Amino acid sequence: MMTAGQVKIFVPCDAAALSVGADDVAAAIEEETAKRKIDLQIIRNGSRGMMWLEPLVEVETGQGRVAYGPVTEGDIVSLFEAEFLTGGDHELAQGPTEEIPYLANQERLTFLRCGVIDPLSLESYESQGGLDGLRNALKMAPTEIVEAVTESGLRGRGGAGFPTGIKWKTALGQQSDEKFICCNADEGDSGTFADRMLMEGDPFSVLEGMVIAGRAVGAATGYIYLRSEYPHAIKTMRRAVEIWREEGLLGDHIDGSDTRFGIHIRIGAGAYICGEESSMLESLEGKRGQVKAKPPIPAISGLFGKPTIVNNVLSLATTPVILAKGAAHYKNFGMGRSRGTQPFQLAGDIARGGLVEKAFGVTMRELIETFGGGARSGKSVRAVQAGGPLGAYIPTSGFDIEMDYEALAEAGAMLGHGGIVVFNDSVDMAKQARFAMEFCEIESCGKCTPCRIGAVRGKETIDKIIAGENRAENLEILDDLCDLMTDASLCAMGGLTPMPVQSAVKHFPEDFGG
Amino acid sequence: MTALIDNLDHEGARQICERHSNRPDALLEILHETQKADGYLSDDALRTVADAVNISRADIHGVVSFYHDYKRETPAKHCVKLCRAEACQAVGSEALAAHAEKKWNTVTGGKSADGQVGLEAVYCLGNCALGPAAMIDGELYGRVTPERLEALIAQRTEQTEGE
Repeated sequence: MMTAGQVKIFVPCDAAALSVGADDVAAAIEEETAKRKIDLQIIRNGSRGMMWLEPLVEVETGQGRVAYGPVTEGDIVSLFEAEFLTGGDHELAQGPTEEIPYLANQERLTFLRCGVIDPLSLESYESQGGLDGLRNALKMAPTEIVEAVTESGLRGRGGAGFPTGIKWKTALGQQSDEKFICCNADEGDSGTFADRMLMEGDPFSVLEGMVIAGRAVGAATGYIYLRSEYPHAIKTMRRAVEIWREEGLLGDHIDGSDTRFGIHIRIGAGAYICGEESSMLESLEGKRGQVKAKPPIPAISGLFGKPTIVNNVLSLATTPVILAKGAAHYKNFGMGRSRGTQPFQLAGDIARGGLVEKAFGVTMRELIETFGGGARSGKSVRAVQAGGPLGAYIPTSGFDIEMDYEALAEAGAMLGHGGIVVFNDSVDMAKQARFAMEFCEIESCGKCTPCRIGAVRGKETIDKIIAGENRAENLEILDDLCDLMTDASLCAMGGLTPMPVQSAVKHFPEDFGG
Repeated sequence: MTALIDNLDHEGARQICERHSNRPDALLEILHETQKADGYLSDDALRTVADAVNISRADIHGVVSFYHDYKRETPAKHCVKLCRAEACQAVGSEALAAHAEKKWNTVTGGKSADGQVGLEAVYCLGNCALGPAAMIDGELYGRVTPERLEALIAQRTEQTEGE
């Protein structure tokens, strides 16, 4: 028999958890609860980011939340029999959630609430510090907000790492009847899922960041450009916007102030290039997502020719905590010119894949070995690709690198969106290099020649190398082509495709017959 | 030219455009909704959209052909998108795709002879820690093995046949 009070149980509604049966688990719990006549409330939270434990079921007990995972629907009866509702022992028991080393050793600022709260409950959001940043911002002058964001050292988390505060300052300085805030939620890099997780697990933080940005630069309209590959995130964000409208957190007098802000959600249509900001703005105007030459930069002339802030989901969602706790608090984390924390994503062949938010300076080895636990397949790790499809391949000898923008750049790599994809020793690096060119061929917008033609020629040249045709000569041609693409492409698509190719050739010459 | 003038009669597309106030910047949304209603973008629908939002048919064609999501032909009954990006490659997505092509006797981008199963490549579904990932009729699946893929599709095709 249960004692008085309703038991709270958490089953994630995050897409990754759903992909391995979270809905079936929730249904099985409900069915068993009805059978046993227990008063129980199932809350569909976001993911904690420990993907190998999904579906991760948590029970609220007197000693805090206790975790069980990975749970399948077939485990439910035995969990009830083991009295998991009071934290009973079971082979799937993981102990108190917050004490699981993977989570306990993180420094969560951006993802503080993700997986903890009910994503669409404003009460739940506010109970964990939500809206503190916005309420402070509403009392501050725009210049003060921009100063705080600049002082925090926050840099664009989408990949380019441009200082957010400087971007905001440029837009604030523009005289215009209309300005826009665009949230770039077209995170298409393989190995990254932080944006998706946050939009599904803590959507209000994204909205809060956008309203703060609007107040800071004097914009009254925001757009979220969300990729169509994320139907669950689309659903959650749409509902989140509706709730904020109903609650007066979007509209003419936000939270009773004189600040006005509205948000529209626009869905992408499967073009990777639309994650590039000028391409995204074209797409938002209903056009082909073709890249535009800069200058002018969007902060001066962006959407519909108006000053526009384009920030990634994570950058925007991080501004509330900066405004809530102060720039110094955020700046205290990190190293060198990389301040604050970075949500790293461990993916591919890895035992404990998931999201690890750590201060900059954590080593790649700590991420892959201590957090990730090596390859899931049991094979040995041979390489990782860091920073998405345009990021470098790094051999195990390079794993002691400290993860920060400058250190990675110095090593010929990049942080990108913080994704790390692990490959085991069965990987063929020549094939991976070929794929980098192929991907560029598929996704190039076609505007500039080095990217459009270079990718095709690059793929052909790698095919010749793989076939053993004039290897030395073709490797030289490939290197030359890569240099040309790097120097002459209009945007990062063509400009960075050489990074995985050249790093693969450099670190794994044996796979290219060298 | 007569065909162009005579075929502005796609009522559904016309209504969708009106709901978006015939705004050209809403073109992607209009195309998404039209495709959702019909399963693909027909010539009639595109002519109607061009007329309603006042953009040339050439420009509409430019947009439709730029984005991978838009389809110009009747799709298969069940849409199977297999993630082919690096994180899934690292855990066997290429072998999974090869298996699927063999099983349904088609190529990626094509459909099975009975029109039941359409195979598509997608570059990242954001399920990179639980790959190989697949999206079947809008539902996301992780750790997909050839056996699981077959079972998931069998569930659906049996349902369709039972209808």
